[in-house]
Amino acid sequence: MITKRIIPCLDVRNGRVVKGVNFEGLSDVSSPVELAEFYTNEGADELVFYDITASYENRALFTDILKEVARKVFIPLTVGGGINTVDDFDRVLKCGADKVSVNSGAIRDPSIIGKAAKRYGSQCVVLSVDAKRVDGSFRVFAKGGREDTGMDALEWIRRGIESGAGEIVLNSIDTDGVRKGFDLEMLEAVCSFATVPVIASGGAGNIGDFIELFKTVERVDAGLAASIFHFKQVRIRDLKKDLKENGIHVRI
Amino acid sequence: MTAIVDYGVGNLFSLQSSLDAIGEESIITGKREELEKADRIILPGVGAFGDAADKLRETGLDTVVKDLAKEGKSILGICLGMQLLFEKSYEFGEHEGLGLLKGSIVMIDVPDTEKYKLPQMGWNSLHIKREHPLLRYVSEGDFVYFVHSFMASDCEDSVIAVTEYGTEVTAAVAKDNVWGTQFHPEKSGNIGLNILRAFTGR
Repeated sequence: MITKRIIPCLDVRNGRVVKGVNFEGLSDVSSPVELAEFYTNEGADELVFYDITASYENRALFTDILKEVARKVFIPLTVGGGINTVDDFDRVLKCGADKVSVNSGAIRDPSIIGKAAKRYGSQCVVLSVDAKRVDGSFRVFAKGGREDTGMDALEWIRRGIESGAGEIVLNSIDTDGVRKGFDLEMLEAVCSFATVPVIASGGAGNIGDFIELFKTVERVDAGLAASIFHFKQVRIRDLKKDLKENGIHVRI
Repeated sequence: MTAIVDYGVGNLFSLQSSLDAIGEESIITGKREELEKADRIILPGVGAFGDAADKLRETGLDTVVKDLAKEGKSILGICLGMQLLFEKSYEFGEHEGLGLLKGSIVMIDVPDTEKYKLPQMGWNSLHIKREHPLLRYVSEGDFVYFVHSFMASDCEDSVIAVTEYGTEVTAAVAKDNVWGTQFHPEKSGNIGLNILRAFTGR
């Protein structure tokens, strides 16, 4: 049986890993290559890199870092941030990415999902969604969670899967950075219809939150987190051991 | 020295990096003479079987790979590259493969599509069916990384390891000098690197 995955997420800006709390107030954490190697040795099942660089020059720095990571780390790598065209897929896949995550790029031009899936296969296309409760429904937010698109998140995800997205990263803005647990309600809503893997993101504060996630939302495939891993509040090695002891199938 | 067959399919950066990591020299090439010179070759592949088989034929590399296999060159197919070694595939129609291994490629017949999503994407454990040099550093239950919806079937004479995904899924095959893995050794951490070491003799 396939295992539940634990995925550290590294936000990279100007060649360094950073992490925001509620998407604001970034603080420098460490070197992406060092962290990638550390997490791989700790038992991370894959790594996600988000390029949050603003300028074009630093985009090249990001792909250089990605290459360096891919030369040293032999687990799946997902790359997101600044993916707006099929050429952007090409740019990062050439540097060792296995999957490419689109978020705002797909909101601006939804056809990118289908185009990329056709060229690289669905397994390569990850739709990342920042969602938040507005008036009793889940709404898609753009621009790092600052702008309400007015789109219904469940409908957007359903369309994304139909267009060829092979995996969904669901980031709840309501729970992100708060460290009081994943957004189980929102995840359950998505997992109830998603025919592709769903990765839970936003809200993990301790090991218990991951146990609760996998016990409550049985169909969720992976848990993603950033700062709790970066600041070593949760060690992946301990996390997986505890998950296993709680009857959750993980790779150890 | 290992030659990675370049027929315009997929991204070979990670595969070549994984060979670098185990100290195995490699080239990415679509030239017959370079493939002939190599000690062994790897046939990679991602995407749809039909497209990849067409590209192999268009580049004439189907004949090259078949000739080298007949001459006894060590060949490792990875993922779709492994599937191409078989006689045919039923992925979106019916397509002819290289026919170096007996069997065909069919969709994974999962008992419950809600529980077992396709593609199978993630880490799953290996169950060894038959001792083989490719698996010399592998222990029963070791985890490797899979991404696929289709699998080799009717391949009893070549299957050496399987995995469990609601049904028994072919994970590794070998017959004489023609070997293959459905999973990605270059993305399977140390277990994967060890499988590449076993293939290259590193």
